[in-house]
Amino acid sequence: MTQLFDYAPAPESRSIVDVAPSYGLFLDGEFVDGSGAPFKTINPATEEVLSEVATGTAEDVDRAVRAARRAFTRVWGPMRPADRGKYLFRIARLLQERAREFAVLESLDNGKPIRESRDVDVPLAAAHFFYHAGWADKLDWAGLGPGPRPLGVAGQVIPWNFPLLMLAWKVAPALATGNTVVLKPAETTPLTALLFAEVCRQADLPPGVVNIVTGAGDTGRAVVEHEDVDKVAFTGSTEVGRAIARAVAGTRKKLTLELGGKAANIVFDDAPIDQAVEGIVQGIFFNQGHVCCAGSRLLVQESVHDEVIASLQRRIGTLRVGDPLDKNTDVGAINSAEQLARIRELSDIGVAEGAHRWQPACELPERGFWFPPTVFTDVSPAHRIARDEVFGPVLSVLTFRTPDEAVAKANNTTYGLSAGIWTEKGSRILAIADRLRAGVVWANTFNQFDPTSPFGGYKQSGYGREGGRHGLAAYLEGADSK
Amino acid sequence: MTHVLDTDALAAETPPRREPPAPYRDVTRSDAAFRAFLHGLPGVDQVGAEARVGVLGTRSIKTTAKAWAIDTAISMVDLTTLEGADTPGKVRSLAAKARRPDPTDPSCPPVAAVCVYGDLAGVAKEALAGTGISVAAVATAFPSGRASRAVKLADVRDAVANGADEIDMVIDRGAFLAGRYLDVFDEVVAVKEACGDAHLKVILETGELVTLDNVRRASWLAMLAGGDFIKTSTGKISPAATLPVCLVMMEAVRDFRAATGRQVGVKPAGGIRTTKDAIRHLVLVNEVAGPDWLSPDWFRLGASSLLNDLLLQRQKLRTGHYSGPDHVSVD
Repeated sequence: MTQLFDYAPAPESRSIVDVAPSYGLFLDGEFVDGSGAPFKTINPATEEVLSEVATGTAEDVDRAVRAARRAFTRVWGPMRPADRGKYLFRIARLLQERAREFAVLESLDNGKPIRESRDVDVPLAAAHFFYHAGWADKLDWAGLGPGPRPLGVAGQVIPWNFPLLMLAWKVAPALATGNTVVLKPAETTPLTALLFAEVCRQADLPPGVVNIVTGAGDTGRAVVEHEDVDKVAFTGSTEVGRAIARAVAGTRKKLTLELGGKAANIVFDDAPIDQAVEGIVQGIFFNQGHVCCAGSRLLVQESVHDEVIASLQRRIGTLRVGDPLDKNTDVGAINSAEQLARIRELSDIGVAEGAHRWQPACELPERGFWFPPTVFTDVSPAHRIARDEVFGPVLSVLTFRTPDEAVAKANNTTYGLSAGIWTEKGSRILAIADRLRAGVVWANTFNQFDPTSPFGGYKQSGYGREGGRHGLAAYLEGADSK
Repeated sequence: MTHVLDTDALAAETPPRREPPAPYRDVTRSDAAFRAFLHGLPGVDQVGAEARVGVLGTRSIKTTAKAWAIDTAISMVDLTTLEGADTPGKVRSLAAKARRPDPTDPSCPPVAAVCVYGDLAGVAKEALAGTGISVAAVATAFPSGRASRAVKLADVRDAVANGADEIDMVIDRGAFLAGRYLDVFDEVVAVKEACGDAHLKVILETGELVTLDNVRRASWLAMLAGGDFIKTSTGKISPAATLPVCLVMMEAVRDFRAATGRQVGVKPAGGIRTTKDAIRHLVLVNEVAGPDWLSPDWFRLGASSLLNDLLLQRQKLRTGHYSGPDHVSVD
């Protein structure tokens, strides 16, 4: 009997999901060929090609928007709100019934650990549909003004970090408020959106209510710039968000943007240290750090710096990096070669700028895109790793001495999406949270999401809110989001 | 009411206060200092602690890892009977089971110890002679601990004299909850002295301490006072061993060793009935304190019915099918 407790491989079976060799666009309730050159989507953990996916051109997008307009005018718009709710409930239940299929497919296409896709992404996606299904026939009482009306056709572009969950964040409120949708999933992670299209058919959702057009940036641009789109919703990088804001400026289109972040996770010396360390780990290594609200800047009070860092390093040493489909994996693969290159570049810049880089001893698979959990100490607020969004498993540690300094450093960023406060003192939580310029402030926890809670940013993290009552306003005519 | 103890004897039995190990030598110099120290330990956020054990509970332990975990768990069991109805016969039968938990399979490891009331320690000692299995006896007016110190110490000495290798004492929860930490500390020190060579497990009775902050403080108190093990519960109070409590105790022994160099063991007891529960505890030990604690010297599972479930799961792994309760012995 050895002395070590080695967890035997516990892979989730792939057999539950059938990945087709190729996928078309989902237009007007049917899968059709795209007009552009198809692209390959790969498993980032192995670089194995999973499937070939159609590229939607401007003409395809136009067909999609026309289908959505037709469905809006003829079916979905005039439908009794309670009936719209029924469809959403049906979709939510189907997501639950097919949860394992979605989870496995998400982990295959995205590289995230099955534990997260199974326990976070898919259940939350279903929860968003359940939540918004309930709103469908109660919008008059949502406090958003009398008789709120849908906008029409929503053009939605979503990122690759939470493919199904971001789809749910966009599609559920749009449909619940009576809009129809043209959705463009990210080019590296289109598969769960296409499986969702199948669910729409299974739920007998009227054709044209949800249209899914796959492709890269050009396809996304065609969706955003289409004249007959009434509402644009985008989640992704600040750079693209800025381009979208320019494209939409001066048009009648309503716009919500959920962009980057560089969240401060502030640990005071009276924090529950063990749970704070968990929160730091959850904040930055959840989903390989591919989280716009990731707690990528740790602000730790100087008096507990050494203790926290020692504890954090010990904890990071126990993270299990590897096969995303293994049920015991904590950190999976980086989503793409491109993203891996960016993480490497910024990490090397961190070293060049004089910060101290620490990585645990961990074996990374030979194929696929991998980056070990990384902690930078001795980081100055002037370093790029303290300012730029890395969007990877890289934590920058800064210190502070007083609450004022903590607030000043936390707010010293062009972003303002989220923040975390760790202290056992309730009054301090409230006082600090009040002064943080961030859309979400978590207290003694991090990266918690719920459909009832609005989510969105300050400054270059975007505008508009998703989720909760506030999120409905973004899809309703004349509604005031306050 | 007759007083059988004279107060002089009682005073004589209170030893001078033992110093805790460095770097904590001065924390017990006064009630105020000790309170400040214990209350100065980092707090425990209950929601966070529960979330952590929730995630650890999703670890999937299969095939070879499961076989290893089951055998390790069996070797960590303190096979326990603590009933008013216990008899020498019952204890002998338990001892037989402790030596050969699965009579049909000689590869099945023996358990770590048999845990009984002090008066039966001698019976257990005799039945386990030459096996390497320890005799653990509960003492100090177990389970309530409501007796004078002299009685508690006499209880300990009696159990040791009867052959107990390990003493499972209970702390005075009343004193602890009233904030008389130094009284509790002194008592653990006195019991440790009375134990002589016997190992001391300090039962915190976490079901009565209620908060995880209290669990952390009581753990540190017991370790500073010289306890060799900290143990969750008597098994007579519900809730007994829970995963969040065990998490906090594992963190405590880990931090204590880092600070003082002395390693202290942990024993969750009561309420661990299934192999799944046991494996969850082992995962917790592995990922929170580390593999150094994954041996019967440093981690025990106080249980009675757990052993049979471990045996059934062990048979299932070997044969591929479940047998039934008739394929393991009743205790």
